[in-house]
Amino acid sequence: MELKTPLYDIHVSTGGKIVEFGGFLMPVQYGAGIKKEHMAVRTACGLFDVSHMGEVLCKGPDALKNLNHILTNDYNGMVNGQARYSPVCNENGGVVDDVIVYKVSDEEYFIVVNAANRSKDYQWFLDHQIGDVEFTDVSDDYIQLALQGPKARDILLKVADESDIPEKYYTCIFDGDIRGMKCIISQTGYTGEDGYEIYSAPENAEKLWNLLMEAGEEFGILPCGLGARDTLRLEASMPLYGHEMNDDISPRETGLGMFIKMDKPEFVGKEALEAKGEPKIKRIGIRALGRGIIREHCDIYDGDVKIGTTSSGTFCPFFGESLAMGLVDREHGEIGSRIQVDIRGRLVEAEIVKTPFYRKPSKA
Amino acid sequence: MTFPEELKYTASHEWVKMTGDGEALIGITDFAQDALGDIVFINLPEEGDEVTAGEAFADVESVKAVSDVFSPVTAKVVEVNTELQDAPEKINEDPYGSWMIRVTDITDTEEFLTAAQYQEIAKEEE
Repeated sequence: MELKTPLYDIHVSTGGKIVEFGGFLMPVQYGAGIKKEHMAVRTACGLFDVSHMGEVLCKGPDALKNLNHILTNDYNGMVNGQARYSPVCNENGGVVDDVIVYKVSDEEYFIVVNAANRSKDYQWFLDHQIGDVEFTDVSDDYIQLALQGPKARDILLKVADESDIPEKYYTCIFDGDIRGMKCIISQTGYTGEDGYEIYSAPENAEKLWNLLMEAGEEFGILPCGLGARDTLRLEASMPLYGHEMNDDISPRETGLGMFIKMDKPEFVGKEALEAKGEPKIKRIGIRALGRGIIREHCDIYDGDVKIGTTSSGTFCPFFGESLAMGLVDREHGEIGSRIQVDIRGRLVEAEIVKTPFYRKPSKA
Repeated sequence: MTFPEELKYTASHEWVKMTGDGEALIGITDFAQDALGDIVFINLPEEGDEVTAGEAFADVESVKAVSDVFSPVTAKVVEVNTELQDAPEKINEDPYGSWMIRVTDITDTEEFLTAAQYQEIAKEEE
Protein backbone atom coordinates (compact mmCIF):
# COMPACT_ATOMS: atom_id res chain seq x y z
CA MET A 1 0.00 0.00 0.00
CA GLU A 2 1.24 3.47 -0.82
CA LEU A 3 1.83 5.89 2.01
CA LYS A 4 0.64 9.46 2.13
CA THR A 5 2.40 12.39 3.73
CA PRO A 6 0.34 14.55 6.13
CA LEU A 7 0.07 17.07 3.27
CA TYR A 8 -1.64 14.69 0.84
CA ASP A 9 -5.05 16.38 1.13
CA ILE A 10 -3.52 19.81 0.53
CA HIS A 11 -1.74 18.51 -2.57
CA VAL A 12 -4.96 17.09 -3.99
CA SER A 13 -7.04 20.17 -3.13
CA THR A 14 -4.48 22.54 -4.67
CA GLY A 15 -4.39 20.71 -7.98
CA GLY A 16 -1.44 18.38 -7.42
CA LYS A 17 -1.16 15.50 -9.86
CA ILE A 18 -0.47 12.48 -7.71
CA VAL A 19 1.96 9.69 -8.63
CA GLU A 20 3.57 6.87 -6.71
CA PHE A 21 7.19 7.51 -5.75
CA GLY A 22 9.36 5.64 -3.27
CA GLY A 23 6.28 4.00 -1.78
CA PHE A 24 4.47 7.33 -1.33
CA LEU A 25 1.65 9.06 -3.17
CA MET A 26 3.29 12.38 -4.05
CA PRO A 27 2.48 15.36 -6.27
CA VAL A 28 4.52 15.26 -9.48
CA GLN A 29 3.32 18.76 -10.36
CA TYR A 30 0.62 21.28 -9.54
CA GLY A 31 -1.53 23.40 -11.86
CA ALA A 32 1.30 25.70 -12.96
CA GLY A 33 3.21 22.79 -14.49
CA ILE A 34 6.83 21.69 -14.22
CA LYS A 35 8.30 24.49 -16.34
CA LYS A 36 6.78 27.29 -14.25
CA GLU A 37 7.51 25.51 -10.99
CA HIS A 38 11.12 25.03 -12.06
CA MET A 39 11.51 28.69 -13.00
CA ALA A 40 9.87 29.85 -9.77
CA VAL A 41 12.71 28.13 -7.89
CA ARG A 42 15.36 29.66 -10.17
CA THR A 43 13.95 33.19 -9.97
CA ALA A 44 11.87 33.44 -6.78
CA CYS A 45 10.92 30.50 -4.59
CA GLY A 46 9.28 27.09 -4.59
CA LEU A 47 7.90 25.00 -1.74
CA PHE A 48 8.23 21.21 -1.88
CA ASP A 49 6.77 18.56 0.38
CA VAL A 50 9.60 16.08 0.80
CA SER A 51 8.19 14.34 3.85
CA HIS A 52 8.68 11.03 2.08
CA MET A 53 12.40 11.27 2.88
CA GLY A 54 13.46 9.13 5.83
CA GLU A 55 15.24 10.13 9.03
CA VAL A 56 17.34 7.94 11.29
CA LEU A 57 18.87 8.92 14.64
CA CYS A 58 22.31 7.58 15.51
CA LYS A 59 22.92 7.93 19.23
CA GLY A 60 25.42 6.67 21.78
CA PRO A 61 29.07 6.91 22.88
CA ASP A 62 30.17 5.18 19.66
CA ALA A 63 27.98 7.24 17.31
CA LEU A 64 30.90 8.92 15.53
CA LYS A 65 32.77 5.63 15.24
CA ASN A 66 29.71 4.12 13.53
CA LEU A 67 29.39 6.93 11.01
CA ASN A 68 33.05 6.58 10.09
CA HIS A 69 32.60 2.82 9.80
CA ILE A 70 29.35 2.71 7.81
CA LEU A 71 29.77 5.83 5.66
CA THR A 72 32.58 6.65 3.23
CA ASN A 73 33.03 10.31 4.22
CA ASP A 74 35.03 11.39 7.26
CA TYR A 75 32.83 12.56 10.14
CA ASN A 76 35.59 13.82 12.40
CA GLY A 77 35.92 17.50 13.06
CA MET A 78 32.30 18.52 12.71
CA VAL A 79 30.70 21.16 14.88
CA ASN A 80 27.18 20.85 16.27
CA GLY A 81 24.65 21.85 13.63
CA GLN A 82 26.95 21.00 10.75
CA ALA A 83 25.84 18.74 7.90
CA ARG A 84 27.95 16.43 5.76
CA TYR A 85 27.01 14.35 2.71
CA SER A 86 28.12 10.76 2.18
CA PRO A 87 27.49 7.76 0.00
CA VAL A 88 26.84 4.50 1.85
CA CYS A 89 28.89 1.74 0.28
CA ASN A 90 28.24 -1.99 0.27
CA GLU A 91 31.00 -4.60 0.65
CA ASN A 92 31.39 -4.77 -3.14
CA GLY A 93 32.04 -1.06 -3.45
CA GLY A 94 28.59 -0.33 -4.90
CA VAL A 95 26.23 2.20 -3.38
CA VAL A 96 23.48 1.35 -0.88
CA ASP A 97 22.24 4.94 -0.74
CA ASP A 98 23.49 8.48 -0.23
CA VAL A 99 22.69 10.37 2.95
CA ILE A 100 23.11 13.70 4.71
CA VAL A 101 24.24 13.53 8.32
CA TYR A 102 23.70 16.39 10.79
CA LYS A 103 25.65 16.56 13.99
CA VAL A 104 23.34 17.14 16.96
CA SER A 105 26.03 16.58 19.59
CA ASP A 106 29.14 14.45 20.12
CA GLU A 107 26.97 11.42 20.76
CA GLU A 108 24.00 12.12 18.52
CA TYR A 109 23.60 12.46 14.75
CA PHE A 110 20.53 12.93 12.53
CA ILE A 111 20.70 11.04 9.22
CA VAL A 112 18.46 11.84 6.24
CA VAL A 113 17.97 9.01 3.74
CA ASN A 114 16.13 8.57 0.44
CA ALA A 115 12.44 7.69 0.62
CA ALA A 116 12.66 4.46 -1.33
CA ASN A 117 15.59 3.28 0.82
CA ARG A 118 14.15 4.00 4.26
CA SER A 119 13.79 0.46 5.53
CA LYS A 120 16.79 -0.83 3.58
CA ASP A 121 19.08 1.82 5.07
CA TYR A 122 17.77 1.40 8.59
CA GLN A 123 18.33 -2.35 8.36
CA TRP A 124 21.78 -1.70 6.86
CA PHE A 125 22.72 0.49 9.84
CA LEU A 126 21.48 -2.19 12.28
CA ASP A 127 23.38 -4.92 10.44
CA HIS A 128 26.64 -2.96 10.44
CA GLN A 129 26.56 -1.15 13.76
CA ILE A 130 29.51 -1.57 16.10
CA GLY A 131 29.97 -0.92 19.82
CA ASP A 132 27.69 1.17 21.97
CA VAL A 133 25.23 2.86 19.65
CA GLU A 134 21.53 2.89 18.88
CA PHE A 135 19.99 3.58 15.48
CA THR A 136 16.34 4.62 15.53
CA ASP A 137 14.08 5.13 12.51
CA VAL A 138 12.35 8.41 13.34
CA SER A 139 10.89 8.99 9.87
CA ASP A 140 7.31 9.03 11.14
CA ASP A 141 8.13 11.77 13.66
CA TYR A 142 9.04 14.30 10.96
CA ILE A 143 7.63 16.04 7.96
CA GLN A 144 10.08 17.82 5.71
CA LEU A 145 9.46 20.89 3.57
CA ALA A 146 12.02 22.31 1.15
CA LEU A 147 11.83 26.07 0.63
CA GLN A 148 14.12 26.74 -2.31
CA GLY A 149 15.10 29.74 -4.37
CA PRO A 150 16.71 33.18 -4.16
CA LYS A 151 13.76 34.52 -2.12
CA ALA A 152 13.73 31.65 0.39
CA ARG A 153 15.55 33.64 3.06
CA ASP A 154 13.29 36.69 2.70
CA ILE A 155 10.27 34.44 3.11
CA LEU A 156 11.67 32.65 6.13
CA LEU A 157 12.56 35.97 7.76
CA LYS A 158 8.87 36.86 7.75
CA VAL A 159 7.97 33.86 9.91
CA ALA A 160 11.09 33.12 11.96
CA ASP A 161 13.68 35.03 13.97
CA GLU A 162 16.94 35.65 12.19
CA SER A 163 18.70 33.66 14.92
CA ASP A 164 16.66 30.59 13.92
CA ILE A 165 17.79 30.72 10.30
CA PRO A 166 21.16 29.09 9.58
CA GLU A 167 23.59 31.48 7.91
CA LYS A 168 25.88 28.98 6.29
CA TYR A 169 25.32 26.34 3.63
CA TYR A 170 25.21 22.82 5.10
CA THR A 171 24.47 23.95 8.63
CA CYS A 172 21.24 23.79 10.62
CA ILE A 173 19.49 25.09 13.69
CA PHE A 174 18.07 22.16 15.66
CA ASP A 175 15.85 24.14 18.03
CA GLY A 176 14.40 26.52 15.48
CA ASP A 177 10.98 28.04 15.86
CA ILE A 178 8.52 29.09 13.18
CA ARG A 179 5.54 30.86 14.75
CA GLY A 180 5.54 28.61 17.78
CA MET A 181 6.19 25.40 15.83
CA LYS A 182 9.40 23.60 16.73
CA CYS A 183 11.49 23.01 13.62
CA ILE A 184 14.90 21.90 12.47
CA ILE A 185 15.90 24.50 9.90
CA SER A 186 18.72 23.49 7.61
CA GLN A 187 20.42 25.38 4.81
CA THR A 188 20.47 22.58 2.29
CA GLY A 189 18.62 21.55 -0.82
CA TYR A 190 18.49 19.58 -4.02
CA THR A 191 17.89 22.32 -6.56
CA GLY A 192 21.16 24.17 -7.05
CA GLU A 193 19.65 27.29 -5.46
CA ASP A 194 19.91 28.82 -2.03
CA GLY A 195 17.27 27.41 0.22
CA TYR A 196 16.24 25.60 3.34
CA GLU A 197 14.93 22.25 4.39
CA ILE A 198 12.61 22.40 7.36
CA TYR A 199 11.79 19.42 9.57
CA SER A 200 8.90 19.49 12.01
CA ALA A 201 6.29 17.27 13.71
CA PRO A 202 3.59 15.83 11.41
CA GLU A 203 0.84 17.73 13.28
CA ASN A 204 2.43 21.01 12.14
CA ALA A 205 2.41 20.01 8.46
CA GLU A 206 -0.61 21.89 7.16
CA LYS A 207 -0.07 24.98 9.28
CA LEU A 208 3.59 25.22 8.27
CA TRP A 209 2.83 24.66 4.58
CA ASN A 210 0.08 27.31 4.54
CA LEU A 211 2.19 29.76 6.52
CA LEU A 212 5.12 29.50 4.10
CA MET A 213 2.85 29.71 1.06
CA GLU A 214 1.23 32.87 2.45
CA ALA A 215 4.54 34.42 3.41
CA GLY A 216 5.89 33.65 -0.04
CA GLU A 217 2.94 34.99 -2.00
CA GLU A 218 4.37 38.49 -2.46
CA PHE A 219 7.56 36.93 -3.86
CA GLY A 220 5.77 34.67 -6.31
CA ILE A 221 6.20 31.37 -4.50
CA LEU A 222 4.78 28.26 -6.18
CA PRO A 223 4.14 24.82 -4.72
CA CYS A 224 6.45 22.44 -6.57
CA GLY A 225 6.20 18.72 -7.22
CA LEU A 226 8.64 15.91 -7.81
CA GLY A 227 8.79 16.74 -11.52
CA ALA A 228 10.45 20.08 -10.88
CA ARG A 229 12.56 18.53 -8.12
CA ASP A 230 14.01 16.19 -10.74
CA THR A 231 14.54 18.80 -13.48
CA LEU A 232 16.16 21.16 -10.95
CA ARG A 233 18.54 18.54 -9.55
CA LEU A 234 19.46 17.39 -13.05
CA GLU A 235 20.15 20.96 -14.19
CA ALA A 236 22.39 21.30 -11.11
CA SER A 237 23.96 17.91 -12.02
CA MET A 238 23.23 16.39 -8.63
CA PRO A 239 23.32 12.60 -8.64
CA LEU A 240 20.23 10.59 -7.72
CA TYR A 241 20.30 7.14 -6.19
CA GLY A 242 19.04 4.56 -8.68
CA HIS A 243 20.26 6.68 -11.60
CA GLU A 244 23.80 7.96 -11.22
CA MET A 245 24.56 5.37 -8.54
CA ASN A 246 23.28 1.97 -7.53
CA ASP A 247 24.38 -1.33 -6.02
CA ASP A 248 26.84 -1.88 -8.87
CA ILE A 249 28.17 1.60 -9.59
CA SER A 250 30.87 2.73 -7.21
CA PRO A 251 30.90 6.31 -5.93
CA ARG A 252 34.26 6.93 -7.58
CA GLU A 253 32.90 5.84 -10.94
CA THR A 254 30.09 8.35 -10.70
CA GLY A 255 32.18 11.34 -9.74
CA LEU A 256 31.71 11.22 -5.97
CA GLY A 257 35.37 10.45 -5.22
CA MET A 258 35.68 13.53 -3.02
CA PHE A 259 33.26 11.95 -0.55
CA ILE A 260 35.29 8.74 -0.30
CA LYS A 261 38.01 9.09 2.31
CA MET A 262 40.40 6.29 1.42
CA ASP A 263 42.81 7.50 4.11
CA LYS A 264 40.37 6.40 6.84
CA PRO A 265 41.68 3.23 8.56
CA GLU A 266 38.59 1.29 7.50
CA PHE A 267 34.97 1.60 6.35
CA VAL A 268 32.44 -0.73 4.77
CA GLY A 269 33.42 -1.14 1.13
CA LYS A 270 36.96 0.20 1.45
CA GLU A 271 38.66 -3.07 0.50
CA ALA A 272 36.47 -3.49 -2.57
CA LEU A 273 37.12 0.09 -3.65
CA GLU A 274 40.86 -0.46 -3.25
CA ALA A 275 40.67 -3.66 -5.27
CA LYS A 276 38.75 -1.90 -8.04
CA GLY A 277 41.55 0.62 -8.46
CA GLU A 278 41.14 3.60 -10.73
CA PRO A 279 37.60 3.88 -12.09
CA LYS A 280 37.12 2.75 -15.68
CA ILE A 281 34.02 4.81 -16.22
CA LYS A 282 33.06 8.37 -15.41
CA ARG A 283 29.99 10.57 -15.23
CA ILE A 284 29.56 13.15 -17.97
CA GLY A 285 27.15 15.95 -18.85
CA ILE A 286 25.40 15.76 -22.22
CA ARG A 287 23.63 18.41 -24.26
CA ALA A 288 21.49 17.37 -27.21
CA LEU A 289 22.28 19.17 -30.44
CA GLY A 290 19.73 17.35 -32.58
CA ARG A 291 16.00 17.23 -32.03
CA GLY A 292 14.52 15.19 -29.22
CA ILE A 293 14.76 14.78 -25.49
CA ILE A 294 17.44 12.45 -24.14
CA ARG A 295 16.08 10.34 -21.26
CA GLU A 296 17.70 7.74 -19.03
CA HIS A 297 18.90 4.36 -20.37
CA CYS A 298 19.82 5.69 -23.82
CA ASP A 299 22.96 4.21 -25.38
CA ILE A 300 25.80 6.66 -26.05
CA TYR A 301 28.05 6.29 -29.10
CA ASP A 302 31.30 7.80 -30.23
CA GLY A 303 30.93 7.00 -33.90
CA ASP A 304 30.57 3.23 -34.17
CA VAL A 305 31.70 2.54 -30.60
CA LYS A 306 29.20 2.31 -27.79
CA ILE A 307 30.82 4.14 -24.90
CA GLY A 308 28.10 4.09 -22.25
CA THR A 309 24.49 4.87 -21.36
CA THR A 310 22.61 7.81 -19.96
CA SER A 311 21.63 7.71 -16.29
CA SER A 312 19.20 10.66 -16.23
CA GLY A 313 17.90 13.03 -18.84
CA THR A 314 15.10 15.48 -19.34
CA PHE A 315 14.13 18.82 -20.79
CA CYS A 316 15.70 21.50 -18.60
CA PRO A 317 13.46 24.55 -18.40
CA PHE A 318 16.12 27.10 -17.43
CA PHE A 319 18.18 26.42 -20.56
CA GLY A 320 15.24 25.31 -22.64
CA GLU A 321 17.12 22.30 -23.91
CA SER A 322 17.59 18.59 -23.50
CA LEU A 323 20.32 17.83 -20.95
CA ALA A 324 21.38 14.46 -19.62
CA MET A 325 23.98 12.74 -17.50
CA GLY A 326 25.63 9.51 -18.50
CA LEU A 327 28.25 7.02 -17.45
CA VAL A 328 30.88 6.34 -20.13
CA ASP A 329 34.25 4.68 -20.61
CA ARG A 330 36.93 6.86 -19.15
CA GLU A 331 38.99 7.05 -22.34
CA HIS A 332 36.08 8.64 -24.16
CA GLY A 333 34.06 11.58 -23.16
CA GLU A 334 36.33 14.60 -23.41
CA ILE A 335 34.47 17.84 -22.74
CA GLY A 336 33.51 19.44 -26.03
CA SER A 337 33.56 16.22 -28.02
CA ARG A 338 30.69 15.08 -30.18
CA ILE A 339 28.70 11.95 -29.35
CA GLN A 340 25.55 10.31 -30.59
CA VAL A 341 22.70 9.23 -28.35
CA ASP A 342 20.18 6.57 -29.30
CA ILE A 343 16.75 8.02 -28.53
CA ARG A 344 14.32 5.17 -29.12
CA GLY A 345 16.09 3.94 -32.22
CA ARG A 346 17.02 7.36 -33.60
CA LEU A 347 20.64 8.52 -33.30
CA VAL A 348 20.73 12.12 -32.14
CA GLU A 349 23.85 14.26 -32.25
CA ALA A 350 24.97 15.56 -28.85
CA GLU A 351 28.00 17.06 -27.16
CA ILE A 352 29.74 16.48 -23.88
CA VAL A 353 29.57 19.56 -21.69
CA LYS A 354 30.90 20.59 -18.30
CA THR A 355 28.87 19.90 -15.19
CA PRO A 356 27.14 21.32 -13.29
CA PHE A 357 25.04 22.58 -16.19
CA TYR A 358 23.61 25.23 -13.89
CA ARG A 359 25.39 27.24 -11.25
CA LYS A 360 23.47 29.82 -9.25
CA PRO A 361 24.53 33.41 -9.89
CA SER A 362 27.10 34.56 -7.37
CA LYS A 363 25.97 37.23 -4.99
CA ALA A 364 27.15 40.76 -5.57
CA MET B 1 -11.37 20.05 -19.30
CA THR B 2 -13.32 20.26 -22.54
CA PHE B 3 -14.69 17.66 -24.96
CA PRO B 4 -16.10 19.46 -28.01
CA GLU B 5 -19.25 17.75 -29.35
CA GLU B 6 -18.35 18.16 -33.02
CA LEU B 7 -15.18 16.08 -32.77
CA LYS B 8 -14.68 12.32 -32.78
CA TYR B 9 -12.32 10.68 -30.33
CA THR B 10 -10.23 7.55 -29.84
CA ALA B 11 -9.59 5.61 -26.64
CA SER B 12 -5.89 6.45 -27.08
CA HIS B 13 -6.70 10.18 -26.64
CA GLU B 14 -6.61 11.57 -30.17
CA TRP B 15 -9.32 13.74 -31.70
CA VAL B 16 -10.47 13.75 -35.33
CA LYS B 17 -12.26 16.57 -37.06
CA MET B 18 -13.86 15.50 -40.33
CA THR B 19 -13.48 18.45 -42.67
CA GLY B 20 -14.85 17.11 -45.91
CA ASP B 21 -15.10 14.06 -48.05
CA GLY B 22 -12.44 11.67 -46.81
CA GLU B 23 -10.53 14.57 -45.18
CA ALA B 24 -9.72 15.20 -41.56
CA LEU B 25 -7.58 17.07 -39.03
CA ILE B 26 -5.97 15.06 -36.22
CA GLY B 27 -4.63 16.10 -32.82
CA ILE B 28 -4.48 15.07 -29.18
CA THR B 29 -7.17 15.78 -26.62
CA ASP B 30 -7.33 18.19 -23.73
CA PHE B 31 -7.12 15.18 -21.41
CA ALA B 32 -3.95 13.97 -23.15
CA GLN B 33 -2.18 17.32 -22.97
CA ASP B 34 -3.14 17.71 -19.35
CA ALA B 35 -1.86 14.23 -18.50
CA LEU B 36 1.43 14.88 -20.31
CA GLY B 37 2.07 18.27 -18.75
CA ASP B 38 4.30 20.89 -20.38
CA ILE B 39 4.93 19.68 -23.95
CA VAL B 40 8.43 20.56 -25.12
CA PHE B 41 9.01 18.53 -28.28
CA ILE B 42 7.00 17.03 -31.09
CA ASN B 43 8.08 14.67 -33.82
CA LEU B 44 5.72 14.80 -36.81
CA PRO B 45 5.52 12.82 -40.08
CA GLU B 46 6.16 14.46 -43.43
CA GLU B 47 3.80 15.61 -46.09
CA GLY B 48 3.03 12.70 -48.38
CA ASP B 49 3.52 10.04 -45.71
CA GLU B 50 0.89 7.36 -45.24
CA VAL B 51 -0.57 6.87 -41.79
CA THR B 52 -2.29 3.69 -40.66
CA ALA B 53 -5.23 3.37 -38.30
CA GLY B 54 -4.04 2.23 -34.89
CA GLU B 55 -0.36 2.86 -35.59
CA ALA B 56 1.85 5.61 -34.18
CA PHE B 57 2.44 8.53 -36.55
CA ALA B 58 4.01 11.08 -34.19
CA ASP B 59 5.37 11.44 -30.72
CA VAL B 60 5.05 14.21 -28.22
CA GLU B 61 7.37 14.76 -25.31
CA SER B 62 6.61 16.65 -22.19
CA VAL B 63 9.11 17.51 -19.51
CA LYS B 64 8.33 14.25 -17.76
CA ALA B 65 7.38 11.76 -20.46
CA VAL B 66 7.25 10.78 -24.08
CA SER B 67 4.07 9.51 -25.67
CA ASP B 68 3.21 8.08 -29.07
CA VAL B 69 0.32 9.56 -30.98
CA PHE B 70 -1.73 6.93 -32.81
CA SER B 71 -3.47 7.56 -36.07
CA PRO B 72 -7.23 7.20 -35.89
CA VAL B 73 -7.37 6.65 -39.66
CA THR B 74 -5.57 5.09 -42.58
CA ALA B 75 -4.93 7.97 -44.94
CA LYS B 76 -2.41 10.18 -46.67
CA VAL B 77 -0.82 13.19 -44.96
CA VAL B 78 -1.35 16.32 -47.05
CA GLU B 79 -0.29 18.91 -44.53
CA VAL B 80 1.78 18.98 -41.35
CA ASN B 81 1.36 21.69 -38.75
CA THR B 82 5.01 22.67 -38.66
CA GLU B 83 4.20 25.60 -36.37
CA LEU B 84 3.95 23.05 -33.55
CA GLN B 85 7.54 21.99 -34.05
CA ASP B 86 8.72 25.44 -33.02
CA ALA B 87 6.05 26.01 -30.41
CA PRO B 88 4.88 22.65 -29.06
CA GLU B 89 3.46 24.41 -25.99
CA LYS B 90 0.55 25.48 -28.24
CA ILE B 91 -0.82 21.97 -27.74
CA ASN B 92 -1.11 22.67 -24.01
CA GLU B 93 -2.67 26.04 -24.62
CA ASP B 94 -5.15 25.02 -27.30
CA PRO B 95 -5.30 21.25 -27.84
CA TYR B 96 -8.25 21.33 -30.25
CA GLY B 97 -6.87 24.23 -32.27
CA SER B 98 -3.47 22.52 -32.50
CA TRP B 99 -4.06 19.97 -35.21
CA MET B 100 -0.96 17.93 -36.02
CA ILE B 101 -1.72 16.60 -39.48
CA ARG B 102 -4.32 17.07 -42.18
CA VAL B 103 -5.10 13.87 -44.06
CA THR B 104 -7.03 12.87 -47.19
CA ASP B 105 -8.01 9.63 -48.90
CA ILE B 106 -9.21 7.99 -45.69
CA THR B 107 -9.66 4.30 -46.40
CA ASP B 108 -10.02 2.91 -42.89
CA THR B 109 -10.75 4.22 -39.40
CA GLU B 110 -10.44 3.18 -35.79
CA GLU B 111 -13.60 2.83 -33.80
CA PHE B 112 -14.52 6.42 -33.05
CA LEU B 113 -16.00 7.56 -29.78
CA THR B 114 -18.45 10.40 -29.26
CA ALA B 115 -17.57 13.24 -26.90
CA ALA B 116 -19.74 11.69 -24.19
CA GLN B 117 -18.21 8.23 -24.60
CA TYR B 118 -14.70 9.62 -24.56
CA GLN B 119 -15.42 11.71 -21.50
CA GLU B 120 -16.34 8.51 -19.67
CA ILE B 121 -12.98 6.95 -20.59
CA ALA B 122 -11.11 10.07 -19.54
CA LYS B 123 -12.92 10.09 -16.23
CA GLU B 124 -11.97 6.48 -15.57
CA GLU B 125 -8.32 7.11 -16.32
CA GLU B 126 -8.08 10.15 -14.13
